[in-house]
Amino acid sequence: MSSMSLFPQWIFEQGPAFLIVLPLLMGAVTAILPNRSMAWWVTFFVTLICTYTAFGLFQHIYFDGFLLYTMGGWAPPHGISLIVDGLSAPILLLISVMAMLTVIYALPSSISEIEPKKRAPFYAAFLICFAGLMGMVITGDAFNVFVFLEVSSISTYVLVAMGAARDRRSLAAAYNYLIMGSIGATFFVIGLGFLFMETGTLNMAEMSAILSELNGGTRVSKVGYGFIIVGLGLKIAMFPLHTWLPRAYAYAPTKITIFLASTATKAAIYLLLRFTFTVFDPSFDYIAVMLKYLIMGAAIVGMVLASFQAIFQSDVRRVLAYSSVAQVGYILLGIGIATSSGLAAGYLHLLNHAIIKGCLFISVGAFWYRFGITRVSDFSGLFKTMPLTMGAFTLGGLSLVGVPFTAGFVSKVKLILAAAEQEMWWAVLVIVFSSVLAIVYIGRIIIVAYFGSPPKINGSTFIKNEAPFMMLFPMWVLGLMSIAIGVNAFGIGDGFVSASEIAASVLLGGRG
Amino acid sequence: MHDPHVILKVISKFLVPFIALFAFYVQFHGDFGPGGGFQAGVILASAVILYALIFGLEAAKKAFPPSWVRIGMSSGVLLYGGTGVLTWILGGDFLSYGVLAHDPAHGQHYGIIAVELGVLCSVTTVMIAIFYAFGSRQPEVDEDNW
Repeated sequence: MSSMSLFPQWIFEQGPAFLIVLPLLMGAVTAILPNRSMAWWVTFFVTLICTYTAFGLFQHIYFDGFLLYTMGGWAPPHGISLIVDGLSAPILLLISVMAMLTVIYALPSSISEIEPKKRAPFYAAFLICFAGLMGMVITGDAFNVFVFLEVSSISTYVLVAMGAARDRRSLAAAYNYLIMGSIGATFFVIGLGFLFMETGTLNMAEMSAILSELNGGTRVSKVGYGFIIVGLGLKIAMFPLHTWLPRAYAYAPTKITIFLASTATKAAIYLLLRFTFTVFDPSFDYIAVMLKYLIMGAAIVGMVLASFQAIFQSDVRRVLAYSSVAQVGYILLGIGIATSSGLAAGYLHLLNHAIIKGCLFISVGAFWYRFGITRVSDFSGLFKTMPLTMGAFTLGGLSLVGVPFTAGFVSKVKLILAAAEQEMWWAVLVIVFSSVLAIVYIGRIIIVAYFGSPPKINGSTFIKNEAPFMMLFPMWVLGLMSIAIGVNAFGIGDGFVSASEIAASVLLGGRG
Repeated sequence: MHDPHVILKVISKFLVPFIALFAFYVQFHGDFGPGGGFQAGVILASAVILYALIFGLEAAKKAFPPSWVRIGMSSGVLLYGGTGVLTWILGGDFLSYGVLAHDPAHGQHYGIIAVELGVLCSVTTVMIAIFYAFGSRQPEVDEDNW
């Protein structure tokens, strides 16, 4: 309890709204700032303060249980409520930490990626995207979820398109993402419409109570759930709906790729969990069928096929993007198993994957920043020219594969145990097989970087050109974090595991 | 040289102030009936757009400079959010207008007016921004091709 004194009481009373309002308003301020370098400082301090607040809330829910905030003092179900519980608090903390690390990385990378004139609007769009993601996770009102989903999506389209200064293909990628994302959001809101028709409320807790009273409801709520799954599936990049993701990740500015890869899909997975387990209930027969056949089926196929696709990519960013689709498969598999150990494993992998992919994409961004390279063949000899960056990339890569003493290992073992508990031996086989494929696509890059020789420049072969500190810092924080989870240093590993178990217990009944 | 669009120009010059006035009527009527910041914002923007259609984009940009547009978009959001921040400072929840006056009912009244003004400001400028963005894309229509 002594740690609670680090945080003013105000944070526990008003923190939930503060987490959305601060980035949203500062986004509007940043857009009209006259001084361009100030935009970075404003963005940095906003993410710093949000991280601090999210950490305070995170601690609070473990000591004192969940927080309910009523917007404008209107009590639910009529007003909009914000909920911080064991399920949403870790994701809130994850999003704000990743946003902060991305902003640190963004200072050097903006110089080469974003035109000076567009930097203030860029940071404004980043802050609004951040606010949207926080809002999606924190709100307890189903329609409000849609609003924040759109807030974050629309700013994401803009951010992806800003890669055009570097690579014109980002415009096509952003347009493709815009179409797919809008279809997803539309499906989601149609689903909400059906749910509203069935229950007559938009408050999630109220909806859940009415649905369980109706024992799952009529065909209307079944159709509603179907629409919601497809809409969220597009945002998650669930296997057959993932086609927007590789291009958006590959051609967006590198810092946006980092931020999206580690937060946007994660927030959407959170919504899937929220709707499937707390608004609906896995005990309804149609939800059980969906989980068993649709979600688990998509997970299995995605894990294998996307991994294969990753092997055959020549661009490292696309390798990692396809790998993200495969890793989403792992998370969905855990969700599909739907036991408390399966959900905990999926949730843990969600957190771990965000850290791992953040680390990998930051190092790829650093390679691009120094040498302008993204192709696998260009990685030749990178271990000699950028040893520290390549070291972080290797840590991330090993963790992605699931080598012992890394974060990836912890969550994959938990996932395998959860599958074995249910005697789903085929799922165990697929997890192992997909990990072998990960060895191939990560190993391919690492082998080139370690054993290849650096290109000759003016006759001399060896030039050391390490990434700037502002890039090394976030990538090593994440790299060491994944090791710390793997070896349970300072109890970090146990902290993550218990956070995932609490989240699973929230999903399977009762707010923890 | 006589102007071929003299009737259009004279009539729309009459109309523009009335459209703007109607926008404000809708804005303040929104307090207790159908209407409000969003609808009023669109109507107010349509006054500027009509002016731009008749007198040309350049004239409209002189009357309503693009720099206002950017500031207006942000300040609308800030006016809305600032109301919430004010309720925080006064010790209430975010956007709980009741604390804005001694009588909570009056507080609700002031709060909604401030918030709706924020919406008006943002919606008007965003509408005009969209029109300016699309209008600037192609060359002006030739006088003979009307």
